[in-house]
Amino acid sequence: MTQQETPVRKVPVACTLNGQQTEFLAAPYQSLLEALREVVGLTGTKEGCNDGNCGACTVSLDGRIVDSCLVLAAEVDGKSVDTIEGMAPPHGLHPLQQAFLEEAALQCGICTPGFLVAARALLEREPHPDEHRIRLWLAGNLCRCTGYDKIVRAVQSAADKTT
Amino acid sequence: MHPFTYVAPRTLDEAVAVLEQHGERARPFAGGTDVLVQLRGGRFDLDAIVDLKGVPEATSLDLNGSLRIGAAVPCYRIYEDSAVAAAFPGLIDAASLIGGIQIQSRASLGGNLCNASPSADGICPLIVHSTVAVVQGPQGERRVPVEEFCTAPGVNVLGRGELLVALEVPAPARGFGAAYQRFIPRNEMDIAVAGVASALTLSDDGATIASGRIALAAVGPTPLFAAKASAFLAGKPATPETFAEAGEIASTEATPIGDMRGTAEHRIELVKVLTRRTLAIALGRAQSNR
Ligand SMILES: Cc1cc2nc3c(=O)[nH]c(=O)nc-3n(C[C@H](O)[C@H](O)[C@H](O)COP(=O)(O)OP(=O)(O)OC[C@H]3O[C@@H](n4cnc5c(N)ncnc54)[C@H](O)[C@@H]3O)c2cc1C
Ligand code: FES
Ligand code: FES
Repeated sequence: MTQQETPVRKVPVACTLNGQQTEFLAAPYQSLLEALREVVGLTGTKEGCNDGNCGACTVSLDGRIVDSCLVLAAEVDGKSVDTIEGMAPPHGLHPLQQAFLEEAALQCGICTPGFLVAARALLEREPHPDEHRIRLWLAGNLCRCTGYDKIVRAVQSAADKTT
Repeated sequence: MHPFTYVAPRTLDEAVAVLEQHGERARPFAGGTDVLVQLRGGRFDLDAIVDLKGVPEATSLDLNGSLRIGAAVPCYRIYEDSAVAAAFPGLIDAASLIGGIQIQSRASLGGNLCNASPSADGICPLIVHSTVAVVQGPQGERRVPVEEFCTAPGVNVLGRGELLVALEVPAPARGFGAAYQRFIPRNEMDIAVAGVASALTLSDDGATIASGRIALAAVGPTPLFAAKASAFLAGKPATPETFAEAGEIASTEATPIGDMRGTAEHRIELVKVLTRRTLAIALGRAQSNR
């Protein structure tokens, strides 16, 4: 049976999504980004470039941040995925989300979920990064609006508060 | 994008069998940071993607004097391993500058090599470490020195059904040091205008170079082993004058083109500067490895 003769079949994916066991069907060529947004219905993860340059689609995969546009949905079977939807506690905001609001670290907001997910991963590893480290860690996230300074300040402010 | 299936073999033999069956219509898949971008850009169509991340030989990282890097091991695993980082700083120079953190969570040195881009940052450091590519195919295993692996832009020596299993990096000799630097107009997340990896091994006197290796990125159709500049280093004093002359010789071995990233002349100058600088860093590392 060759691939050319059979239409490409969807594959079942079972993963832990924001702490919840989740199952869905994805086309084998579908990106994790597309599956999250269009199959699972979690649209908090954004598409900027769809080629790994902008970081708007950043999610955490087994504890490492990745560009979900460059991951196949089929790959996350058996893995753990954390998106922006899982960031805030049930009532309230994550300290980083609060800091982004207070420091006005967003304008149009399309880059924000990616920055938040990436920054959370940094602070989980290194609770008190210096400015240089923050900028380096966030180099894979682009923002067309803020000029980055406010984003860096927001991350610093959230880090200070979680002492 | 042409629809493709996702195949996740658990053994090397299975992976080889699927690749052999599909020929050019299938490709191995490690971090996907090149292949998914190229598929979406319409560079080629595939019927199957063969994910190597379930194949043990392709995902292990073993340090035992020498270093064996599974072809699909992502960059972060290399630079976050403190023993590997201490023993192979010249490889860490590359692993820690490919893309940003998100890319490093996925991108492998194996994929960097197989993608065979002239500007790849991972290949030249592997070359100066005298790394051997371990290849598995329908006829069994063969071993290819990394400097012979890429044959043209985007083209490598692999035949039908063949895949890269691992990269074998010899144990650094006493007095060995290596470094890689590239020039980009930004601070990070860009493609090299030019890059140079250098390695040298000091003689017992600590002042003479016993042997050296230099490799050049983005100044030719493939990452290039600079044979003349490398040979020149043997027996010379480890001084700034020697490093400058090696840079001059290396620049004669480069065959750069001019494009939107830089002119050919600029690239020639960059080879001189980066050769000097990387040799100086390699010397420092060699001295602390005696
Ligand atoms: C935003 C961004 C930034 C980047 N920055 C850099 C950079 O700074 N420097 C740099 O050098 N590159 C950079 N790249 C390119 C890319 O990330 C690297 O080349 C990376 O190392 C590729 O590894 P991978 O595991 O993702 O490869 P994949 O995309 O999985 O594979 C690459 C190619 O190699 C083949 N292949 C993979 N594994 C094997 C194997 N074991 N055997 C045979 N063939 C195989 C695949 O079929 C494919 O053709 C960047 C890419 C992006 C998207
Ligand atoms: S949408 Fe994935 S990196 Fe831009
Ligand atoms: S707020 Fe608009 S891109 Fe960052």
